[in-house]
Amino acid sequence: MMKNTPGPEITLEMIAEHGLTDGEYERVVNALGRAPNLTELGIFSVMWSEHCSYKSTRIWLKTLPTEAPWVIQGPGENAGIVDIGDGQAAVFKMESHNHPSFIEPREGAATGVGGIMRDVFTMGARPVANLNALRFGAPDHARTRHLVSGVVSGIGGYGNCVGVPTVGGETEFHAGYNGNILVNAMTVGIAPADRIFYSAAAGIGNPVIYVGSKTGRDGIHGATMASAEFDDESEEKRPTVQIGDPFTEKLLIEACLELMATDAIVAIQDMGAAGLTCSSVEMADKGGVGIELDLDAVPQRESAMTAYEIMLSESQERMLMVLRPGAEDMARAVFEKWELDFAVIGRLTDDGRLTVRQGDVEVATIPVRPLVDDAPIYDRPWQPTPAPAALADEGPAVAPMTALSTLMACPDLASRRWIWEQYDHMVMADTVERPGGDAAVVRVHGTAKALAMSTDCTPRYCRAAPEMGGAQAVVETWRNLVAVGARPLAITDCLNFGNPERPEIMGQLVGCIKGMAQACEALDYPVVSGNVSLYNETNGQAIPPTPAIGGLGLIADLDKRANIALKRDGDLVALVGEGIGHLGQTLYRRELFGAEDGPVPALDPAWERRVGEAVLRLIETGRLDTCHDISDGGLLVAATEMALAGGRGLALEAPEEGDIAGWAFGEDQARYLIAAPPAVMDGLLADLQAADIPACRIGQVSGDALTLEGHGHISLGELRAAHEATLPRLMGAA
Amino acid sequence: MKAAVIVFPGSNCDRDVRVALEAVDGVAVDMVWHGEGDFEAADLIVLPGGFSYGDYLRSGAMAAHSPVMKEVVARAGKGVPVLGICNGFQVLTEAGLLPGALLANAGLNFVCRDVHVRVENSQTLFASGLEQGAVLRIPVAHHDGQYFADDETLAELADNEQIAFRYAAGETPGPANPNGSVQDIAGIYNATKTVLGLMPHPERAADPRHGGSDGQAIFAGLAQALG
Repeated sequence: MMKNTPGPEITLEMIAEHGLTDGEYERVVNALGRAPNLTELGIFSVMWSEHCSYKSTRIWLKTLPTEAPWVIQGPGENAGIVDIGDGQAAVFKMESHNHPSFIEPREGAATGVGGIMRDVFTMGARPVANLNALRFGAPDHARTRHLVSGVVSGIGGYGNCVGVPTVGGETEFHAGYNGNILVNAMTVGIAPADRIFYSAAAGIGNPVIYVGSKTGRDGIHGATMASAEFDDESEEKRPTVQIGDPFTEKLLIEACLELMATDAIVAIQDMGAAGLTCSSVEMADKGGVGIELDLDAVPQRESAMTAYEIMLSESQERMLMVLRPGAEDMARAVFEKWELDFAVIGRLTDDGRLTVRQGDVEVATIPVRPLVDDAPIYDRPWQPTPAPAALADEGPAVAPMTALSTLMACPDLASRRWIWEQYDHMVMADTVERPGGDAAVVRVHGTAKALAMSTDCTPRYCRAAPEMGGAQAVVETWRNLVAVGARPLAITDCLNFGNPERPEIMGQLVGCIKGMAQACEALDYPVVSGNVSLYNETNGQAIPPTPAIGGLGLIADLDKRANIALKRDGDLVALVGEGIGHLGQTLYRRELFGAEDGPVPALDPAWERRVGEAVLRLIETGRLDTCHDISDGGLLVAATEMALAGGRGLALEAPEEGDIAGWAFGEDQARYLIAAPPAVMDGLLADLQAADIPACRIGQVSGDALTLEGHGHISLGELRAAHEATLPRLMGAA
Repeated sequence: MKAAVIVFPGSNCDRDVRVALEAVDGVAVDMVWHGEGDFEAADLIVLPGGFSYGDYLRSGAMAAHSPVMKEVVARAGKGVPVLGICNGFQVLTEAGLLPGALLANAGLNFVCRDVHVRVENSQTLFASGLEQGAVLRIPVAHHDGQYFADDETLAELADNEQIAFRYAAGETPGPANPNGSVQDIAGIYNATKTVLGLMPHPERAADPRHGGSDGQAIFAGLAQALG
């Protein structure tokens, strides 16, 4: 074989274009013992990109709790796995596709959904639910409508075709995202607990198989793009956005699950960010073996592709597998039945190297260990975020019912129906709780149990006080799961921040992770998977810190669960938990006075746990079927959401003294509203009292209006019209 | 009753309809792969929802030319009942087993929500579990569900009582007709009432856990009528 170092001499410009610093390039030369060729430089650059190497966050991510008796797999694999009993496991992860979705919203969002589903079925799980956490710029920003419409149609177009229901998530608008939107996609799958597939390659000489779509020139350097800031020329990066094909993904899911029912597969990994490079290197590194690839055998969509392009392409719907020797023919038959490409493109070796050939030419040869282990790790300087000033003035008094009308119609609280009606949220026929409640509930097929899931983050808290904000994001998912009657099990996270090379941004990141760790610890609610998206900045303007959290819980018996809809006239409504009427950083301040100010509400994860577990016991014992946590917008908004969901009016008693705005719209934490028939409510309140949890009756279900004693009423029809009209109006659909 | 559920690459409601059928006493279901030119005799053939062949040319267009559809068309010709749901309805129109066509929704967006449909003709074996004029609450989930046919065809459908279901007012938010279908048509029969195509998904309203089980009456009625 010809030994060869093809391609041009590496110049300083090429190093910079690959996003490597001088110091990092020096590490490359040390790892190789010589200068790299262009293909090798490309491979190092993607493997050491922020996106693949977590070089700015690794030391902090290590501080997150990742273990619990029910955790089967924590971070480090394609997705996290928890035990859900009866020999079954839930496999889940959330991932960002922010940069591509801003450049090309439809394809960017679609391929984000496709990528996260592959992470889940790679492990042997059938995907059963998709969620997404979306953040857009100000509603009146020139690009917002285009971006919302593209992202929503991309998510729907992909998930609907694959046939996995999109059951929940969140959508928010804020000028802080004008230049960088966030598209975080989460998939949950179910696998037999004893048939989980991992990525560690094993068996020297075993064949390496490529399956799925052909490789094209799309998405080259996607991982590098996701690790850089935007500027005015970012539009030119459109060619680095991949194109999705959900039909092929559907076939790939069926073919992989069919093959996974046999004993043919030793290891499997999807080709996501950094494509063939990342998948082959990670499989070899985890297995402690070498890997040899023949690029001429890789199915290609375009002609005359270079080794550099094939190794760095991020073409979608592709997987890499190591098979047992002799299993090739059987595996090939499965993929041919599903009309997918199947090619033996290499084998495992004992030399610990990634060796890439194109025909007779060796185009890259890199020791695997340094490629992974010598990746730079940075302890970046960070500055704690200064504590926000006290709220000087609450602003002029606004009649609470007037404020309520404004809040119910504001973009962050208005009905998301316009969005979720474009998602098939019922395919697979196991969706028990449709979008619009605290958490989505999806039955575990063929059983009476269910998974509950919710994604949450309150970026305005994270920006004002990162530690509290990080903790609150975790706690809010936990609370949402509890509110439907689920035992929270674990979370996945998607940490979206600006440029970590700026100490104040790094300070936000460190603060949020510290807060998350405290909450996870206190709630016994570990992190099992996740992703980091940095450099969400345009022209030096960073997004608000946004650690999006995806929580997963288990409902043991579908007959014992709750939702937010008021169900019976005459039911009493009670407030569980207590507050001081905290107005700092609330939606009330923002929407009524245009002020994002003041300290964040107090949060005590241990207290959250006590209150939440007390509420959960009421639901699990089958006595409580109506429950809603109090979050954005406060008590009066939560109560109105319950009334609208049930189509029943509600008469609330106003407090005798004190600040009505704080009572109605304060965002004090650890609170729930519950509703039950009077005879049942007595027992519930007695139980809560016995557990030392404050709870008091605040109203009764009746009529067809929302009434606040002494402050007037608004008909449900009027509230519903305002609540439903906002998004269609913003999107020009009404 | 024995039912054959046809599975195209890209079908994604095949399992759901199987579950709904098997929930009825005495129903057995075979799953039939699209490449099969022949399959075991069945009392009912079901074309499920999904995105057959990715729906890349036109919804249902490629599936209509698959090997298995030749056999389905032949058996329909001999009177074997055929039920097409959503993508299955699109395939039936593309295969010429039902008149008219399904165009992109009038709103141009995918729409997934509950709708209400009125039973327009209960004197068929598909409707044997339904009352004339009854209104059922069943979900839709489609991008191309706007039924269209020319005036002559519409007159024929009406004269021959081939209109199976029409979208009707109900308590769900949004317009009663979710896609702009002509004359609010949600489902139609062929001339002999042995082929039914409908856009709503009865298999998604087949279990109290779905939030409603109005759709199950269609499967139960079919099983009773077909033995």
